[in-house]
Parts: sequence; C-alpha cells; structure tokens
Amino acid sequence: MPNPADPILSVQQIKKVYNGRLVLDNVSFDVQRGEVFVIMGGSGCGKSTMLRIMAGGVQPTSGKILFNGRDMSAVKGDEREKMRRRFGMSFQSAALLDYLTVEENVCLPIKEHTKLDPHIISIMAQTKLNLVGLQGFANFLPDALSGGMRKRAGLARAIAMDPEIVFYDEPTAGLDPVVCAVVDQLILDLTRKLQITSIVVTHNMESVFRIADRVAMLYQGRLLQVGTAQEIKNSSDPVVQQFIRGEIDGPIQMS
Amino acid sequence: MKPQQSAPKGFILFRKAEEIGIFCLNAWRVAVESIGLFLETLYWIFCGPFRGKPVDLKALFQQMVFMGFDSAKIVFFVTFFTGIVLAMQSAHQLSKMGGTIYVASLVTISLCRELGPVLTALVIAGRIGASITAEIGSMKVNEQIEALDTMGINPVRYLVVPKLLALFFMLPILTILGDAAGMLGGYMIGVYNLNINSGLYVQTAFKFLTVKDIYTGLSKSLIFAVIITMVGVYQGLKTSGGAVGVGRATTISVVASFILIILADCVMTGIYFFVKI
Repeated sequence: MPNPADPILSVQQIKKVYNGRLVLDNVSFDVQRGEVFVIMGGSGCGKSTMLRIMAGGVQPTSGKILFNGRDMSAVKGDEREKMRRRFGMSFQSAALLDYLTVEENVCLPIKEHTKLDPHIISIMAQTKLNLVGLQGFANFLPDALSGGMRKRAGLARAIAMDPEIVFYDEPTAGLDPVVCAVVDQLILDLTRKLQITSIVVTHNMESVFRIADRVAMLYQGRLLQVGTAQEIKNSSDPVVQQFIRGEIDGPIQMS
Repeated sequence: MKPQQSAPKGFILFRKAEEIGIFCLNAWRVAVESIGLFLETLYWIFCGPFRGKPVDLKALFQQMVFMGFDSAKIVFFVTFFTGIVLAMQSAHQLSKMGGTIYVASLVTISLCRELGPVLTALVIAGRIGASITAEIGSMKVNEQIEALDTMGINPVRYLVVPKLLALFFMLPILTILGDAAGMLGGYMIGVYNLNINSGLYVQTAFKFLTVKDIYTGLSKSLIFAVIITMVGVYQGLKTSGGAVGVGRATTISVVASFILIILADCVMTGIYFFVKI
C-alpha cells in the first residue's frame, strides 16, 4: 500500500529524442497525490510529449517514471495494461469515437474491461455524465455536441474506470472564456470530489492560476521551474515572466 | 547555388542509386510492418477468446452488412456489364470459326477463374479499402486511436479484427454474386442477340466448368480480402498530417491494393498453372 505522503508519480531524468531532435532534456519532478499539477510552456516545448510519457503511451529515450514508487517501464504485458487503466486521459480534441453515442463512448472502457451487466454499465455511465453536467445528452452523437460539451464527454470517459490520475491535454484549447472557466471548475470539482490527481498540460495562463496547486514550466525541452502557482507568479526568471505576461520582448524569441 | 545540370554524371547516378535504395528499404519496412500487423490480427482472432477478448459479434455483423450487403449492387452491375462485353467480344471472334455456342463456356470459365474474383476485389478495394483507410486515418489524426490505447483497448483487436473477418467472409460471397451476374450478362447476349437456345446456352455454360475453376477463383478472393483489409488498415494507422494526410493515405491505399491484387492474382494463377493443384 503506497504511503499517502509519497508522490503518486515521480518523473526522473526523462529524456526524449524524436527523429534526432532532443524534445525533452533531463526533466525531473514529482506529482503529489490529490493535487492539480499543471505543466505549462510554449508550443513545441515538449509538454504534450511529457504528458504522454507520464501516461505510459510513449516510451522515453532514457529516464524513468515511478507510479506509486514502481518503475512503469519495468511493468510489461497485462500488468502494464492494468496499471494504465488506473489512468484516465482527456484529449485536446476530446477523441470521442464518432460512431458511438456519448453514453456508448463512456461505457466503452467499462464494457471492455469488466463483465458487468449492460444495465449496470449504463447506470455507471449516467453517473459519470451527471458529474460532468451532461445528463440528457447520453444518446447524442459527438458531432451534435458543442466543443465544450465534447470536452466534458471526453472527461466523463476519462473518469469512467475511476482512475487515480487523470491527464488533461490542453483541456481549454479552442473554448470561449466562459466555457474555459466551466471546464476549469469541473477539473477542480472532479479532483476534490473523486480524490484523484490531475495533471494538466496547458498554455492558457488564466486556467493555470485558476486550477493549479503546483506548476512546472518547460522551456525548450528543459524544466525551467517547478513550484506553487504563487511561486511561479512571483518568479524572477525572465522567461517565466515573459511567458506569463505574454509579452513579445524578452528572452523567448520566435523563430 | 550551382545549377543542377552542371552536377557531374557520376554524382547524378549516385543520387539515383541512393533513391532506389531508399525506395527498396521503405518497401521492405512497409512489407515487414504489414506482415507484423497481419500476424497481430491473427493473434487476436485465435488467441483473443482465450484471453477473455472474443471477437465482437455485433461489430462483425455491422461490418459484414456494410462490406457485403451494401456493396452487392455495385459488384452486380460491374460484373454484369463485363459479362455482356465479354460475350460480345468473344462472339465476334468465335463466330469466324463457327463456334458461337462456345461463348457460353468461355464467359463462364473466364468469370469463375479470373474476372469474377479480380473485378469484385478491385471494386471492393475502391469502395471498402478506401473507406477503411479514411475511417482509421481520421481516427488516427483525431487522437481516437491513441484514446483507445490509453483506455487499454488494443486498436488492432477492436478495429481490425472485425474488418478482416467480415471481408474474409463477404468477399467470396460477393465473388459468387459477381460470377452469377457476369454469367447473366453473357446469357442475355447469347440468348437475345446471338439467338442461342436458352437451354443449350445454360448446358454449354456449365459443360466445361470444373470444381477447380470455382475453387481457384474463390481461393483468390480470400487472399484479396486479406490484401484489401491489411493495406487499408496499415495506411490508416500510418496516417499523419490532418485531412490532407487522410486523403493521401486513402489514395495510396487504393493504388497499393490494386497493384497487390493484380500481383497476387498473377502469382496464384501461376501456381495453379504450373503446379497441378
């Protein structure tokens, strides 16, 4: 049984090379149980790759990820699949299967991994849809939903198997400010109510300071700073400050 | 920058050789990866049930309806008109030798051995192969394949197995339909244009038809089903670059399927021709 004080996920000296290009360079940090941990950084800084490595979908070139103290790369086969079921992932595009209704999408992981009665599975899916405020939309196809609703449906599917960690890839990208705030509140509510750990990748600064317990800033594949939202806000690092304020002039140069 | 035509001849030859080498290496990589994908699909078909992951019968049925029932009309018309053309062309030649009656057996045997399976496979490659690539390709670029993987659902088991099994069952059935439609086209010309007696036409049509003619055609259709599905799936899973990438992958899929179907047909006909099976 893991000690609640120990980090749920420990990222240790992760390096990732894609087609000869160094995407992540020696990145290390810990994610504590029950917190909302935000990874922020500019486009192409490697934050989405970092998220996928943490979720077990991409193998790092070197370094390791410890989940509850256990090296994920050492776990293979069925046991690895079981371990990954303790993670949920909310995608930037929601990634709902187009030909399934919202409820069928949420039911999918439960149906695939359990032998529960379809009626029970449907009730479980309805519960998750209620949690994200999509009651009444169970029989809609994803195409019939707005961007914000699709994201919420994707979130309902991500929490379908009651995961310990939910990864969010740009959860507010492409949404209007009000829907952004709704999605942010939902992330906070789910984290607290379901006692899960949320790891969010975003470059939306409003979102960062609305939801983050702690923040890691990635820049050019390296971890620039990690700390509480307040510490990041008050950072003396000119790169962090330029990024937070969205200024043109500063050390971050657009090529 | 130096103009290209001023490059030494040896250098150009070297570049050409390099391009050919890269093409061969890529072709080899694609072949190895496609075979790997096929073996993984076979693994899930035969070993899946023992791991508590049997074939999803509902998905299989849906695919069979989509691939088989919905393609029946187009297969019927293509082979029906081919039967008509074949009867007219052969009648033109055979009439010179007074053998017009043999139009019936020529049409029947040509369709059962060769044209029925190949034409049906080409039609299905255009219709189903393209649709498989477009479906899986758009799922890939919209992160849906990654989502399945993240949910612990193997995309090959979930998406590929029902498609391969459905086409494996349906393509021989469509081929039989295509053979029958082509024979009907030949019959129409034979009876209503060449004035061959209806009963005599049917009798002659089946007089020289052997069991081997039928099973060679149907065995080809099984191989074609595997080619169409695996090329479609492979190209879909390799798709990148948004909507343009999906269009590009779909084109490659159809072209590759067409070439491989003709190549496989040539190889199998050669085997049946030279080896007395």
